[in-house]
Amino acid sequence: MRNPLSQKVVEIKPSGIRKFFDVVSEMPDAISLGVGEPDFDTPWRIREEGIYSLERGRTFYTSNAGLKELKVEISRYLERKIDVAYDPDKEVIVTVGGSEGIDLAFRAMLDPGDEVLIPQPSYVSYLPCAVLADGVPVVIPLQQKNEFKLTREELEAAITPRTKILVLPFPNNPTGAVMSREDLEPVAEVVKEHDLFVLSDEIYSELTYKDDHVSIAALPGMRERTLVINGFSKGFAMTGWRLGYICAPEEIAKQMLKIHQYAIMCAPTNSQYAAIEGLRHCEGEVQEMRASYNQRRRYLMHEMKRMHLDCFEPFGAFYVFPNIQEFGMSSEEFATRLLEEEKVAVVPGSAFGDSGEGYIRISYAYSLDDLKEAVGRVGSFIDRMRNR
Amino acid sequence: MNDMRKQILKNLEVNSRIDLAELSVLLDIEEAVIANEIADMEKEGIICGYHTLIDWDKAGDDRVNALIEVRVTPQREKGFDKTAERICNYPEVTAAYLISGSYDILVTLEGKTLLEVSRFVSGKLSPIEAVISTTTHFILKKYKDHGTALMKRSKSERMAVTP
Repeated sequence: MRNPLSQKVVEIKPSGIRKFFDVVSEMPDAISLGVGEPDFDTPWRIREEGIYSLERGRTFYTSNAGLKELKVEISRYLERKIDVAYDPDKEVIVTVGGSEGIDLAFRAMLDPGDEVLIPQPSYVSYLPCAVLADGVPVVIPLQQKNEFKLTREELEAAITPRTKILVLPFPNNPTGAVMSREDLEPVAEVVKEHDLFVLSDEIYSELTYKDDHVSIAALPGMRERTLVINGFSKGFAMTGWRLGYICAPEEIAKQMLKIHQYAIMCAPTNSQYAAIEGLRHCEGEVQEMRASYNQRRRYLMHEMKRMHLDCFEPFGAFYVFPNIQEFGMSSEEFATRLLEEEKVAVVPGSAFGDSGEGYIRISYAYSLDDLKEAVGRVGSFIDRMRNR
Repeated sequence: MNDMRKQILKNLEVNSRIDLAELSVLLDIEEAVIANEIADMEKEGIICGYHTLIDWDKAGDDRVNALIEVRVTPQREKGFDKTAERICNYPEVTAAYLISGSYDILVTLEGKTLLEVSRFVSGKLSPIEAVISTTTHFILKKYKDHGTALMKRSKSERMAVTP
């Protein structure tokens, strides 16, 4: 029989996270700090709206780009939050989670050989999606000394004549880093100077703890060269509903819509109706969740300091990203031993790119009681490691 | 109200026993400042008490709770307040509210038996001069109390590790 597989796909590495998932699921008394989704249930009024839409028999396809009502609400929401206006008819596509937006953007914009700049550590999808779209991923390793922000120098050093897209994943998973307007300005300048496009993944935009999130699309001259990804998973605690959106200038949106139309048809109808309710009425719930995350973040940072773990203070998403290089182990070895010896699951930083090596990702999408128990175990583990 | 007070109160409302050192970490406010603020709010009558939410059924101590709608003739100059005050003096009364709608005061009552509660209503509440009539509703089951759901929650089905 001939080889049934595409060489391109075979060469893609499976996500390093999967392995841990398999081990943890065999350990009933393990505490996990490894989750990348909220611990909160979706606010009840959103769930209720989902139920109601099913009762009403709204079980058909919607138009490809999504329900008009939802697109209008998304457009209003973005204008309110990031001060950028998108035409709901031509520039907004409702997607199956934010992840689909990554795929759409790369496939619509890349020709073979075009380079995509991917700052790492970052979410696991950018690199394989770029490869699948025949792009060439170029990794920019971010550094703790810069609080894992992208600097002008790092960006300039990575640009070649083939560079087309810069991925901007802030607030960042796994580091929790955010980029302020002042941080974004020099990046925007370089982007314009080199005629690049930006794929700004803002899925954690609701979860910032110092200043409100700023989108690079709001900076002068950037709207026309930026694609904004956002969605309902993190801020509205709606991961399982699989609902996100991508907003882009009409010329790009038009092409992305073709891919979405042929590959997906439309995002789940039920989720779309529920999300309308979320955008209209759940600002309060979102703020409450953010306040809880912030308290847990402060608690964890306090404990990191107490344990003398080297960790920069993150102001976004729901992760802390402590440096574990002092223990002389790889992050995978550290995570494996922590799991085996103390039954606490964290994700090795290396799962988010080579520059994540030497770090672990700790999620605080857990109740304070869970965090306390887990921190106690991590504490005894590192004490033991230090006294070896 | 300032944001610090609001944050302190929100935490105390769900956990009045919270450790001040912990609260200080959670809110990023110095412990002494929090302690002062709490003392002030106690003095100002903003914090009125620290209660414990108890499931008495589970504790094996049977209690009967009732909601009583009370219609009252308002009194000259005093309105409903005088009658409400008289009602509140009874320790069996756990809460009393002036209500808009078809009756005037809603009284919540706790007793040991149905008989005890009905005796209270017929012997103490109804004879008050301004009280025109009462309607007693016995509580059969508490699903949620003081913002806390008392039903058993199903275990989270969230996966243990996700990107």
